[in-house]
Amino acid sequence: MSDWPLWEVFVRPRRGLSHSHVGSLHAPDATIALRNARDVYTRRQEGVSIWVVPAAAITASSPDEKDAFFDPAADKVYRHPTFYAVPDGAEHL
Amino acid sequence: MTDLLDYVLRLGDDALIAAQRLAEWSTRAPEMEEDIALSNIALDQLGVARMLLTYAGEIEGAGRDEDALAYLRGDQEFRNCLLVETPNGDFGRTMVKLLFLSAYQLPLYERLSESADPHLGAIAAKARKESAYHLDHATQWTVRLGDGTDESHRRMQAAVDELWPYTHELFEPDAVTDRLGGDGVAVDPAELRAPWLATVLAVLDRSTLDVPSDGWRPNGGRSGRHTEHLSYVLGELQVLHRAHPGAQW
Repeated sequence: MSDWPLWEVFVRPRRGLSHSHVGSLHAPDATIALRNARDVYTRRQEGVSIWVVPAAAITASSPDEKDAFFDPAADKVYRHPTFYAVPDGAEHL
Repeated sequence: MTDLLDYVLRLGDDALIAAQRLAEWSTRAPEMEEDIALSNIALDQLGVARMLLTYAGEIEGAGRDEDALAYLRGDQEFRNCLLVETPNGDFGRTMVKLLFLSAYQLPLYERLSESADPHLGAIAAKARKESAYHLDHATQWTVRLGDGTDESHRRMQAAVDELWPYTHELFEPDAVTDRLGGDGVAVDPAELRAPWLATVLAVLDRSTLDVPSDGWRPNGGRSGRHTEHLSYVLGELQVLHRAHPGAQW
C-alpha cells in the first residue's frame, strides 16, 4: 500500500566493525529514512551508525546468473591460503 | 498537597497523557515505520511518567504507587496541561501538538536537570535526550507537511491556529512554581517561553506556516480544571484497572 520508495538499511553495531545490511523500510526521503531506520532497527541498542541507501540505487547480481557468477570459484581451492604448505623456517606468516 | 508533590504531578501527568494520546496511533499511523516511531515516542513519555509518578507517590508518603496515581485518580485530580489532552485530530495536527510539547519539554528538562532536587534532576537528565528526538521528529514532519501540498499546508495551518492558544498555559507561573523556583527546585515556566518561541517560530518559518496572533488563553489544567476530553482519555486509560483492580499479565 505504501507509495513511499524503498530504502536499504545498513547498521554498524560497534566502532571498528563494518556496516551490515539489516533490512529495508519505506520513507519519503533520505532524512526520514534515516530516522525510520533508527526507530525500526536500532531501538535495542543495535548500532552506533546507520546508512540508508535507495533500494533503486543498488545493482544486484541476478539469481539467473548464479551458476556463471559463483560456481566457477568452487573448484579453485588454490585461491584459499590454506592450499599452500608453509615452508619450514618461514616465520611470521 | 505539598508544592513538590504538585509540581511532580504536573510533570508526570503531562507525560502520561501525552503518552496515552500518542499511543492512540498504534496500528493506525499512516505507515508502519511511522507507527513504530510514534509508539517509541509514546513509550518514552510513558517511561518518564512512570518515574515521575513513582516519585510523586514517594513524596506523598501515603502508599500510592505509580499505578494508583495513574489509574485511580479522577480527572480533577490530574495536573496536566490542556494541550496534551486535546484530541489528536489528523496526523498533521498530532505532529503540531508534538512540536509544541517537545519544544517546551526540551528546555524544561535541560534546566530541570540542574534542579536542587537531585531525584528530579536525574529524571530530567534522562528525559532531555528523548525530548530532543521528539522535537526532531515533529520538526521533520511539520516542515514536510507545512511546505507540502495545498491540502497538507491548509491542514497544518489549521492545526497551528487551533492549538496555539493552549500553549500559553505552559508558561504561566503560579504560587507553586514561584515558591519552588525560589528554592532552585522548579523551573520558572515564564523563562521557557523565549526558547520555545525561538524553536517553534524557526520551524513554522521553514514550514511556510503563519504564526497565529495571541488571543484566547485557555488554562486550568494545573489546578485540575480540564476540558471534557480528559475524561474520555482517562476512561480508556483506566477502564481495565477499574474493572479488574490490580490486574497483571
